[in-house]
Amino acid sequence: MHVGLQHYLAVSMILFCLGLLGVILRRNLLVIYMSLELMLNAANLALVSFSRFNDKLDGQVLVFFIITVAAAEVAVGLALIVALFRKRQSAHVEDLTSMKL
Amino acid sequence: MKYEILPWLILFLPLLSAAVITLFTLRCKTTSSLISIGAIVAGFVMTVVFINANGFHPAVSETMTNWLNFGGPLQIDFGLKLDALSLMMLLIVTGVGGAIHIYSYGYMDEDPSKARFFAFLSLFTFSMLGIVLANNFVMMFIFWELVGVSSYLLIGFWYEKPSAGDAAKKAFITNRLGDFGFLAGILMVWGLLGSLNFGVLKGAMETNPAALGCCATIAGLLVFCGAVGKSAQFPLHVWLPDAMEGPTPVSALIHAATMVAAGVYMLCRTLFLYTPDALHVIAYIGGFTALLAALIAVQQNDIKRIIAYSTLSQLGYMVMAVGLAGPTPAMFHLTTHAFFKALLFLSAGSVILGMHHEQDIWQMGNLRKKMPITFVTFLIGALALSGLWPLSGFFSKDSILGQAYGQHNYLLFIIGVFIAGLTTFYTFRLFFVVFFGQEKSKAASHAHESSLVITLPLIVLAVFSAIGGLIGIEGIYHYNFPIEGEQSAGFIAALFEPFKASPVAALLGLLAFAIGLVAAWALYAKAATDPLPAKLGGMATAMKNKFYFDELYEATFIRAHDGIAAVVNWIDQWILEGCGIGLVRGGTNLSGRMLRHLQTGNLQTYAFLFVLGVSLVLYFVLRK
Repeated sequence: MHVGLQHYLAVSMILFCLGLLGVILRRNLLVIYMSLELMLNAANLALVSFSRFNDKLDGQVLVFFIITVAAAEVAVGLALIVALFRKRQSAHVEDLTSMKL
Repeated sequence: MKYEILPWLILFLPLLSAAVITLFTLRCKTTSSLISIGAIVAGFVMTVVFINANGFHPAVSETMTNWLNFGGPLQIDFGLKLDALSLMMLLIVTGVGGAIHIYSYGYMDEDPSKARFFAFLSLFTFSMLGIVLANNFVMMFIFWELVGVSSYLLIGFWYEKPSAGDAAKKAFITNRLGDFGFLAGILMVWGLLGSLNFGVLKGAMETNPAALGCCATIAGLLVFCGAVGKSAQFPLHVWLPDAMEGPTPVSALIHAATMVAAGVYMLCRTLFLYTPDALHVIAYIGGFTALLAALIAVQQNDIKRIIAYSTLSQLGYMVMAVGLAGPTPAMFHLTTHAFFKALLFLSAGSVILGMHHEQDIWQMGNLRKKMPITFVTFLIGALALSGLWPLSGFFSKDSILGQAYGQHNYLLFIIGVFIAGLTTFYTFRLFFVVFFGQEKSKAASHAHESSLVITLPLIVLAVFSAIGGLIGIEGIYHYNFPIEGEQSAGFIAALFEPFKASPVAALLGLLAFAIGLVAAWALYAKAATDPLPAKLGGMATAMKNKFYFDELYEATFIRAHDGIAAVVNWIDQWILEGCGIGLVRGGTNLSGRMLRHLQTGNLQTYAFLFVLGVSLVLYFVLRK
């Protein structure tokens, strides 16, 4: 079976949707965070496959950027989550409703 | 014209002084008062220098700069009119005003707000000089209002007294009524003649007397409304007696010598506007005011109020003279009145000071021994006011009576003579009660003469009140209002001129004086209480209560005004605010309340809505 661009994109889309569902439905902040990473990597997969099938390196360059930014974001995000946990003794989104009026 | 800069300096020095006092020296009483006195005395000196160089009748009588140019026909100049009329008024305002400034230095000595007082006084001087020097209607109106403001500030000077605040408001609001007519008249004149400059207007009216057409009388009477307000003529006369709540120098300067005379001055300045019909109305309003005020004055007991009603009455004389087409007698009486009325007020102020701020004449008595200088100056002022030959009041009053007689208006002539008698009566009622008889209170027996800074202006003013009729003041006004026939020259000729010109007026005037004096002597020389109410009954009560004008206005105009105000308030509260603003406000409030339910505070809801939004955007962007 020949594996073409569509297959890669389908996998990427499935990953993205899984990540999105995780962000919307899961309650634990850490899990939400991991789902977010999943969405980023779905985008990475799509970019790499576009790059491979169009014989251009632009997509791969972009992926490097995304990985770098994601690493930085993880550092900040995890720090925030830890700080939040220390303050509230909880990492569940139901407990974080202080934005409500 | 030589020294063209001087009039500008005279005008703006008092403003500068007011600004300096307000901004820098409000803490320092002495410096402030000296700055203010310096400004007005310098103004007087410069006026004298200017008149010396140019005479009372300069060849070029205007100096101006273009001020506001709206394109098209509306151009407003900032110009100074320098003819005999305004130069003489300059002398009066700076001269009498200067004397009163110096007097205030002594009178207000113990007042903690003396600096503020002098700042206001300088502001008033500036505004009054502006009226006098204005060469067009707009400028005059602006200074007219400025004078109103400074009068308001000075009447309400002791603002911690509720009566002073009320009097200030009453004066201001009553003047607004007159000024409304004045402004309408100015607009009408401008609309019909296309100019605001007095010289241009006068020229236009002389080349074509019918230039104002059918509106001539109305326009003239509207302009006269301004004078009715400012010179306190019937029916807007009610504010002037209440204005006596201000300090006595203010009463002398503003409400006797200068500001209230501004109306008469304005009438003379714009005399070319008035048709014979308008002049008729003016004459009768003046005569009626004079009679009314003189009657009220007979039964007042407050020393300042008596003089205030006397001022009203004399202003009525002046307005009557203008109405009888006699601007020269009007201005002549204005000048002598400025001297002797300022003198009377300042003497009254000296009495009030000596009596430790007691103003009821029935608390005084026998003050002639305790306050000899004030006694003499008051006597001179009273005699001049009553019109005893050869003091100044006799000549000016006689020229007004002569004018009425000469115009064959015998009704106004008889009223004038009758008022002359009344004037003598109420003046000497005051005089005898205050200075003769026995002391009627403890304060009267402990009264003392005032200091030199107070008595010196009194003496200067007394001299001018005595000789004011003989120094050729009347002749100066003839530059502006030429008359046919020759004028008598020389001192002795001037002394007997009235008896030659109109013997009936002169002799009847003196007769009225004698009757008034004898009646006052008979009734009041030894009286301890007022014998008149018992003799006159209801009439005396009516006089005492000012013929119930305040009550009448309270019941009609003020009640009607309150009613209209209540209706407008209701409309504002329920229709404008309730329906107009209320609906907009309520709608915003309601939609806000509904939208806030979207704000759940749950992160994941936001994330879901966010995704939904992005999908929608993508859908709209990507669909073919």
